[in-house]
Amino acid sequence: METATPVDNGVDVEALLGAREALTEAPEAAQFKWRASCKWINGTHSRSSVKSFFGLGEEQAHRTEFTFDADHPEVFASEDKGATPTELILAALASCLTAGVASVAQHRDIQLRSVTATLEAGMDLQGILGIDGEVRNGFDGINVHYDIDADASEEDIAAVVAQSQKRSAVYDVITNPTNVSVSVN
Amino acid sequence: MRTTTVVIGAGHAGLAMSHCLTERSIDHVVLERGEVANTWKTERWDSLRLLTPNWQSRLPGFGYEGDDPDGFRDMSETISFIERYAEVISAPIRTHTSVSSVRARNGGYVVDTDRGGWQAKTVVVASGACAVPNVPALAVAIPTGIEQITPKEYRNPDQIADGGVMVVGASSTGTQIAAELQRSGRQVTLSVGEHVRVPRVYRGRDIKWWMDRCGVLDEGYEAYDNLERVRNLPSLQLAGSNDRRTVDLNSLTDLGVKLIGRLAGITGGKAQFSGSLPNLASLADLKMNRLLNTIDEWVAQNALESVVEPAQRFETTRVDASPPLGMDLASGEIRTIVWATGFRPDHSWIDLPVFDRKGRLEHEGGVVEAPGVYVMGLPFQRRRKSSLIDGAADDATDLSAHLTTLLSGGGPAAA
Ligand SMILES: Cc1cc2nc3c(=O)[nH]c(=O)nc-3n(C[C@H](O)[C@H](O)[C@H](O)COP(=O)(O)OP(=O)(O)OC[C@H]3O[C@@H](n4cnc5c(N)ncnc54)[C@H](O)[C@@H]3O)c2cc1C
Repeated sequence: METATPVDNGVDVEALLGAREALTEAPEAAQFKWRASCKWINGTHSRSSVKSFFGLGEEQAHRTEFTFDADHPEVFASEDKGATPTELILAALASCLTAGVASVAQHRDIQLRSVTATLEAGMDLQGILGIDGEVRNGFDGINVHYDIDADASEEDIAAVVAQSQKRSAVYDVITNPTNVSVSVN
Repeated sequence: MRTTTVVIGAGHAGLAMSHCLTERSIDHVVLERGEVANTWKTERWDSLRLLTPNWQSRLPGFGYEGDDPDGFRDMSETISFIERYAEVISAPIRTHTSVSSVRARNGGYVVDTDRGGWQAKTVVVASGACAVPNVPALAVAIPTGIEQITPKEYRNPDQIADGGVMVVGASSTGTQIAAELQRSGRQVTLSVGEHVRVPRVYRGRDIKWWMDRCGVLDEGYEAYDNLERVRNLPSLQLAGSNDRRTVDLNSLTDLGVKLIGRLAGITGGKAQFSGSLPNLASLADLKMNRLLNTIDEWVAQNALESVVEPAQRFETTRVDASPPLGMDLASGEIRTIVWATGFRPDHSWIDLPVFDRKGRLEHEGGVVEAPGVYVMGLPFQRRRKSSLIDGAADDATDLSAHLTTLLSGGGPAAA
């Protein structure tokens, strides 16, 4: 269905394209650092917060500090004061892909009406509990399903979802290995 | 020695430029480190055929002379074709003359070679876009027991140790070598990154015929705001063969090749593969269908439905639900790794400030910023077909016109 009003998914594509051009000229400014801190509260309950980050050559900050409580549910003999960290991973993946869907759709002049992602990841607890050394700690796979209502053909919608995976940071972090170094004190 | 224009490289691109310069009566010389068609003589594997049909090797002043326009030349035919072109156009070639530097001097250029130097007003760099095979940095972590080879050195399966092979890269070169090695009785694992899938034949015609007719190959660089992306697109999964078979991932799976994700890292002798394979496969399927849609629309616009076969869509790429994400390279399963991870030009001998921060020659449609310096044959340098044999005619015509104008303006200023 054609709409007379211009496509508006709330994404400022002009600004994004401008940023791409500017950062092509000044690759130093493209160097970002993302940060989070986490405080143990009690048991398996902890609270992470994000506020500052670095980018465009200088210190930056969110408008306000955001916090995320993480815990484990009662079946783990925990108090369930927040999402499990693994669920936060799913949330991060979904949010990253969904932001991509909105941006790519805007860029391709596709009006979105609704976008819902449903995620499920399998995990064999024999890994983290050390019952079976051959079982991996992490997910054995992640399924993401999108329900999208938009002014576009099925193929065009599929192409938007595929492109958002191609450009997603969290998708990359999950699908490719990343070196992690942990230090103490 | 003095001349107006030095052309560096006697592949089809340098020769096409030579022809255009001759037509314009511009005094020039073509310097070639080896022989005419050197790359085809020394850097290609034995079974290779051109992936472009015979009719599609249209060089300025020279077309296909045989009786099989839809066939695909093998290497010896390709070499004779280019040699014959050099003869027909009487190109002023100095073979076995290797250029070691190009420098600016007195408003022109000094071209140093191992057989003396040349002073010229203008220089055309036609030394090939595929001079150096890319090998990813992570190759240094490959355990020593595993042999590594690039397509530049690969000739045939006899060179390869018995046992498993991992081919990294699933574009034109990687898919062809993977198929050949699998057929030779070796188990091939193909590590698949971004790739472009096309059928060899669609609606009864060769895909290159369609791309030519629909104007896809003539698309110009000015139309693209993201040139970086189109210039770095991998080559089509396409091969020339007598039976016109399609080489896509499904055909390789049918042969017994195992598909895995992009090689993403090697730690402690273990290779790690990206979990992005399903998405890369679906991106390629969607992109192929967009090309087929373009063709179908063109057929409809030109009312050709009754002349060509009906539209068709191909099976989507089959990928395992969970392909392996890791492989122990010390297990002996893999004896050889083939790096089919693309090629890049070698312009290291150009001593002019004309490179971007990643060391790539900067140019505007083949016109380099140093006045009077031009480049030929780079991917999408002026048109989608620029890196193909069939792209040289239009690019050489345009760039020789630019060069002529520049010369008539009193010669280039010092760079
Ligand atoms: C495996 C493969 C298959 C291909 N198949 C096709 C196909 O089917 N159809 C198609 O249209 N295109 C194909 N191409 C793309 C393209 O046509 C070829 O890469 C072609 O060789 C490019 O021609 P060129 O004249 O630009 O460069 P080249 O053929 O590489 O010629 C460059 C010449 O410059 C010489 N040279 C380099 N450096 C110097 C120097 N410093 N001094 C003097 N001489 C120098 C080289 O010796 C060489 O002879 C293929 C490419 C590859 C890699």
